Amino acid sequence: MSTVATSRSSTVVHALTKTSLGQKYLMAVSGLVALLFVIGHMVGNLQIFLGQDQINHYAETLQNLGPLLWVIRGFLILFILIHIWEGIKLKLENVASRPEPYSYRKYRKASLASRTMIWTGLIIASFVGYHLAHFTVQATNPAFKTLVDAQGRHDVYSMMILGFQNVWVSLLYIIAIGLLCYHLSHGVTSMFQSMGLNKPETQPTLDKIGLTLSVILFLGYISIPLSILAGIVNLPKGGM
Amino acid sequence: MQLETKVPSGALAAKWDKHRFEMKLVNPANKRKYRAIIVGSGLAGASAAASMAELGYQVSCFCFQDSPRRAHSIAAQGGINAAKNYQNDGDSIWRLFYDTVKGGDFRSREANVYRLAQVSTEIIDQCVAQGVPFAREYGGTLSNRSFGGAQVSRTFYARGQTGQQLLLGAYQALARQIGLGKVKMYSRHEMLDIVLVDGVARGIITRNLVTGEVKSFAADAVVLATGGYGNVFYLSTNAKGCNVTAAYRAYKKGALFANPCYTQIHPTCIPVSGDYQSKLTLMSESLRNDGRIWVPKKKGDNRKPGDIPENERDYYLERKYPSFGNLAPRDISSRAAKEVCDEGRGVGETGRGVYLDFADAINRLGKAVIEDRYGNLFQMYERITGEDPYSVPMRIFPASHYTMGGLWVDYNLMSNIPGLHVIGEANFSDHGANRLGASALMQGLADGYFVLPYTIGDFFARTGPSGITEEHAEFKKAEEDLNNKVKQLLSIKGSKTVDHFHRELGKIMWDYCGMARNDAGLRKGLELIPKLREEFWNDVNVLGEGLEMNMSLEKAGRVADFLEFAEIMCHDALDRDESCGAHFREEHQTEEGEALRNDKDYCYVAAWEYAGEGQAPRLHKEELKFENVELATRSYK
Amino acid sequence: MNLTLHVWRQKNATDKGRMETYQATDINEHMSFLEMLDVVNEDLIGKGIDPIHFDHDCREGICGMCSLVINGIPHGPERATTVCQLHMRHFKDGDEIYIEPWRAKAFPVIKDLIVDRSAFDRIIQAGGFVSVNTGGTPDANAIPISKSDADEAMDFAQCIGCGACVAACKNASAMLFVGAKIAQLAALPQGKVEAERRVKAMVAQMDKEGFGNCTNYYECEAVCPKEISVKGIAKMNREFFKSMKG
Repeated sequence: MSTVATSRSSTVVHALTKTSLGQKYLMAVSGLVALLFVIGHMVGNLQIFLGQDQINHYAETLQNLGPLLWVIRGFLILFILIHIWEGIKLKLENVASRPEPYSYRKYRKASLASRTMIWTGLIIASFVGYHLAHFTVQATNPAFKTLVDAQGRHDVYSMMILGFQNVWVSLLYIIAIGLLCYHLSHGVTSMFQSMGLNKPETQPTLDKIGLTLSVILFLGYISIPLSILAGIVNLPKGGM
Repeated sequence: MQLETKVPSGALAAKWDKHRFEMKLVNPANKRKYRAIIVGSGLAGASAAASMAELGYQVSCFCFQDSPRRAHSIAAQGGINAAKNYQNDGDSIWRLFYDTVKGGDFRSREANVYRLAQVSTEIIDQCVAQGVPFAREYGGTLSNRSFGGAQVSRTFYARGQTGQQLLLGAYQALARQIGLGKVKMYSRHEMLDIVLVDGVARGIITRNLVTGEVKSFAADAVVLATGGYGNVFYLSTNAKGCNVTAAYRAYKKGALFANPCYTQIHPTCIPVSGDYQSKLTLMSESLRNDGRIWVPKKKGDNRKPGDIPENERDYYLERKYPSFGNLAPRDISSRAAKEVCDEGRGVGETGRGVYLDFADAINRLGKAVIEDRYGNLFQMYERITGEDPYSVPMRIFPASHYTMGGLWVDYNLMSNIPGLHVIGEANFSDHGANRLGASALMQGLADGYFVLPYTIGDFFARTGPSGITEEHAEFKKAEEDLNNKVKQLLSIKGSKTVDHFHRELGKIMWDYCGMARNDAGLRKGLELIPKLREEFWNDVNVLGEGLEMNMSLEKAGRVADFLEFAEIMCHDALDRDESCGAHFREEHQTEEGEALRNDKDYCYVAAWEYAGEGQAPRLHKEELKFENVELATRSYK
Repeated sequence: MNLTLHVWRQKNATDKGRMETYQATDINEHMSFLEMLDVVNEDLIGKGIDPIHFDHDCREGICGMCSLVINGIPHGPERATTVCQLHMRHFKDGDEIYIEPWRAKAFPVIKDLIVDRSAFDRIIQAGGFVSVNTGGTPDANAIPISKSDADEAMDFAQCIGCGACVAACKNASAMLFVGAKIAQLAALPQGKVEAERRVKAMVAQMDKEGFGNCTNYYECEAVCPKEISVKGIAKMNREFFKSMKG
């Protein structure tokens, strides 16, 4: 029994890592995990509109998860790395599969988003690096570490406002979010195709879902820096 | 030469069973000791190669295309006949047999045709099992349509791409055997000669079309499944690569060529538009189920079809043949079209066309139904002509389509050269002087799946493995001959292209040995062909080299053979001083212009033997005996 | 009309190859694209230049042999049309036309515009069939198949194996071709029996041949002369997933 199980799991691993279709599944599933995070992260961030207390409370709750937070982070990092790793690996294979380029090329259907996934993906990945350094590790702005609210919690609320009050930071953020959503506009429906979860009848709906989701995410995310720059969301009166 | 048909004795219906029992068998363990070469990978070739490999023979299969899936069987549109009687409309093996014999104008061999009808039902079973997606009814059973020359619905189809689906079925069966290592497939290889050792066919010489390399392949038997010679007319519905070379090479090595003058002109093709035309496109005959054929009653009526009122239209097939109407057999429909065009009532810019009108059918059934039935054909028509057949009637004209003639074979599908078997369109056996629609696919698959794999075993069992290899002197000699021929073609360096000669030959054949023939015209053809051939050998320009991919050289070899073969066709047409089926001699027609057979003098298969360079071919006759059907005047009125 | 053609010329597989420019004069709008090339070739032969080699056979859009990338699109500008069925009425006087072969590592050029597509054959040989021998099959009506299943199978079975999908795909992926065969056979009871084995074998062979991966551009569907749907790829993805579990 156990040998059967082992050989089965090793064939599954082989299929996932070595076959073209298995790698598509990995891309789709890791993309889905990243997408869920992106949605969750937006929901978290939007709490800034509910005031300092709410978002700081939320941040503290997350921090209090302790080891569980690291499990979640580890899981997330693993899938994002898989997504990046597979993305690069597939791209290299795809480039190799057409050694001689066409001298004249036209596309009839392939969208620009679909053709630039690797580039939007890599830019997003680099941005995520910067973003982590900025707000999570606070390596770029060590002063963020010392922000504390009235209840003695880390003052995420003020950190976000201080961070986005820098126009260049906001602009970079908006561009990155734009690219992310552009990436998702292809990625979301693509995921269903790769997993074979779509049907001819459901495809148009899936396409709409993908597009709507991308637009919602875009608007949701950029509403934060825009509101901060516009002065709608302000630092708490009477200091931090 | 005595032509032995090897038709078994006994009652017609029992002959095939009896024969199968009497044939010698090869022990399953010994089958792998026999090597067979199959040339061609169309319906007949692919099905034979797959079936023989399944039985355990060592099979090598050759095709000139880049893949066996490209063979021209793929272009057959309408369907495949089988005496299943699924429609409960009174069909039976006997009726299919009778329809085929009658359709062939009583010039085919009874026993072969009966066997064809018998195995027809198995073909459908086989193809369904392979995953061929035939059209189906809502209840899940197979759907049928009717076809020219029959009053029952016995034609199975897969949209307008039946040939494609059947070929892909056979191709996949062949691919399976290739994958299993049971068949060695040689694509882009053209057979250019056949090799006999002690009078038995033991191999072939091929040219690798990629490298130009000439190479021998030895075997215990050779099967030609190389299709028809319709391209002798240059313009035909055949693929550009279709040629007579394999069959003609066999003929030059002693195989008899039977009934070469029986060439079918298909009534529903898209008319020629100009001199540059490279081929003609067929629109499936199934269109005649719902389309009505007509021309204006007045000569030179240039009005748009829609502007010609009903009472000024001549639905000539319905008028002349009330019971079959637009479904009259191919030869009759084709000649009727030629007739009205000769009268000056043809339509379109060239005046060589008639209307095929769907307006009534669209009114009666709705556009959706017509689209479901013929959508892809309509699309194809629109692409080629730029006209929308849903709103404007199609214009059609007859074109060379299928050749009933071919190498002579006996009941075992073996030619008069021992070991040389011929199947599918390449042989002459089943269609007589005219083939009914949806019967070519049937014959190709019958030969390949259900006849040859048995009969070739009998040949093997009787002769034993030959042990002959490519080292045999006959192979070396044939290779040398071929290399010399290549050198000769390349050294002429004349002023005209190969296509030029092919077009010229086509014109001669269409004018003098085409839809209607007469004594003077055929003699004229026989005078013109040798002249053109001489010009070819003095003035053709073939560029490039032998040891490379060279399409001009490939074509030159094929056209050189057509230039010789065309003469046999004319000889045969001249000898057959009667009209029968597709062979229409203007001297022999009824008052109404129908073909007038002469059963007393011409109830035979004309099998021609090569008599040497510059000699007229020698005629051998296989008398046709009809013991089960009465020779009747074909009437489709 | 008169046209300027830029054509890929390559003497053989080892030659480097380059684009050459030719003039096509007095072209009639009713000609097919290949007939236009025939005319150009007659002219080239007259000038002692080796004619342009291109694959073609049936010239009625079904054999799948013709394979030209015209102005950056496999089979040229008309939808659902093979090159042999493309007519010159879709071009106009003075047009410049770029003609290139299918380009993919798995389809090496043999000469000029001719490529070697035997990789497709090997994929079918790996599993694109129903394993039945000749004879001994049940009556054709023994297993009812719903009209919609038969129609679906037929939609996918129409593939002519021309390889335009590979040529169009940015990744030179063969998944539309492979997906079409898998989807056809998986739609039919006869094909379902060995569906898992088939999809594994065909995908493995496809990968081995050096085709790229599908990133769902759907350019393949857009250039397919038979308009095979990328749903075939989705179906293949589904079938492969099932086979992994099994």
